[in-house]
Amino acid sequence: MTEALVLRVPGALPARLLPVSKPRRRAWRGGLQGSEFTWAVAFVIPYAAVFLAFVAYPVVYGLWLGRDPKLYAELLADPIYQRTVVNTVLYLVIGVNLKMFGALLLSGFFMRRGWWVKVLLLIFVLPWAMPALPAFISFHWMLNGQWGLINNFLWDVFGVDGPGWLETSRWLALGSVIVSHIWKWMPFWTVILLAGRMSIPQELYEAAEMDGATGTRRFIHVTFPLLANLYLVCTLLSTLFTLGDFNSVYFVSGGGPALSTHVLATLGIRDAFEVARPDLGVAAVMSALPLMIPLVILLMRKLRTTEVQL
Amino acid sequence: MSAVLMDAQPVRRHPRYRLRRNLSEAAALALGVVVLIWTLTPIYNIVIVALESHGDVFTNNIWPASPSLESFWIVVTEGYWYLEHFWHQFGNSLYIGVATVFLTLLIGSLASFSIGRMRIRHGWLVSNAALLTYVIPASFLAIPFYRIMHIYGLSNNLWAVIAAEVTFATPYAIFIFQQYGVSIPIELDEAARIDGASPVQVYLRIYLPLMAPALVAVGTYALLLAWNEYLYQFLLLSSKRSMTVPVALAQFLNSDEAPWNYMMATAIVYALPPIAIYYAFRRRMTAGLTMGGVKG
Repeated sequence: MTEALVLRVPGALPARLLPVSKPRRRAWRGGLQGSEFTWAVAFVIPYAAVFLAFVAYPVVYGLWLGRDPKLYAELLADPIYQRTVVNTVLYLVIGVNLKMFGALLLSGFFMRRGWWVKVLLLIFVLPWAMPALPAFISFHWMLNGQWGLINNFLWDVFGVDGPGWLETSRWLALGSVIVSHIWKWMPFWTVILLAGRMSIPQELYEAAEMDGATGTRRFIHVTFPLLANLYLVCTLLSTLFTLGDFNSVYFVSGGGPALSTHVLATLGIRDAFEVARPDLGVAAVMSALPLMIPLVILLMRKLRTTEVQL
Repeated sequence: MSAVLMDAQPVRRHPRYRLRRNLSEAAALALGVVVLIWTLTPIYNIVIVALESHGDVFTNNIWPASPSLESFWIVVTEGYWYLEHFWHQFGNSLYIGVATVFLTLLIGSLASFSIGRMRIRHGWLVSNAALLTYVIPASFLAIPFYRIMHIYGLSNNLWAVIAAEVTFATPYAIFIFQQYGVSIPIELDEAARIDGASPVQVYLRIYLPLMAPALVAVGTYALLLAWNEYLYQFLLLSSKRSMTVPVALAQFLNSDEAPWNYMMATAIVYALPPIAIYYAFRRRMTAGLTMGGVKG
């Protein structure tokens, strides 16, 4: 039983996911000597160069571009920006939580035994393997009010005239974007949480069963406490990635109808390259910093302390 | 067979237990069907539109009236004015993908070797810089990045895109390599060192071969990242000859009479390589992803 469980998890996974205390690694005995130190520095230089040239410099340059407080006053007075902030918050709160909760439930479902569950898992991860652009233009056309698959289906089967999902209403369009985003990214998080579940030792479940905990109670008292940390780290990471998600909005709704479904990532690019106001674009993106900084600090802490458990 | 086994057992099964098991199996099956429909609907959509003729796209069919592979033929032979550079652009995508994989693996493994194995002083600074880059959304850096590429004289150059992809793939590589490296005994390095091996020899002969599984995981990740990415390619590449497939494809969207069947066929051809590679290395990928945190 336990053996089968271990075999199913590839690589060094089980050890990684459990809090195992390891002896602290030593450096090469006697420290680095002479030319060895030179080599060690030489090995780090390529990455240091990439970081300085393509991360540090752009960050500083961006901060400098968006340094003028007047830009932020201009943004706040702009109704498009106000709507964008609301959209971004909704996108994060609804999108991330639905996606992660769905992933949590489905990871439990994929723990079931049976060949068809395994086959289904193979199909289910297809959206993750598929590049973003083909996936999202498929959604874009599928949701077309006149010729899209969804409305054709509604008309042919139920005789109902479906709405113009992306063309008429802000909320329908935003909802469509969120659904597309969940479709593309839920499989990825499901696989992560599935690996987390698989690393929970079977003995714990057996012990819980002895004590009479099954079903929901087993989930509340055994599975979730052990998965909670991973779930939190995943939610934080997913929030940051979703905040920077450009493709879903850009290709599914394109920010329409009437610029009502932009999020900060797409609005920044629009301001910088369509309106030709790079300073305003940078300011729009930088206005997400008050949300980002606490998230990053919390996440870096969690990643440091739970390094072994993840 | 399981029924026979169960009956043979002396343990008496409660009938209600069996009923509950059947009910839960039925519920699981129903959920499975929902998951299947949810996953396959957009894929079904992209396939049927690609199989339709131009006129049939604008009808209310939910399956193709007369399916044909004509759109694929048009794409493969570059037989439409929007597709005149298709294979060249596909080559650009491939070039960017391969260069990204190679550089990510090289830069990432060198840095991890120095920090994790040789334990260079202040190595944690580099790890933290990588971790910080990992959590910055790439799209937020796009505007200053675009300006800086002009300063570097790399506008409309494939290497500008490669630089961007490598920048955002390497932190993940360092993260994974460091975690995976912990499982390789440091005594191996020490033994080789006592035998007179230089750091370069230890890196090439001991570190890299033992890191092979992690290299495969990170390589696949870097390729998928480069293949998924659109924004930087769109901003940094402007001429038809230097464009990649996604940038050219997105141009269709803005044309007045978008040839949807050709677009979908192009999208399918573009999606095939990463899907094939993903399924080939799926197991390693999953292991790598869960080993060292996560990135989509």
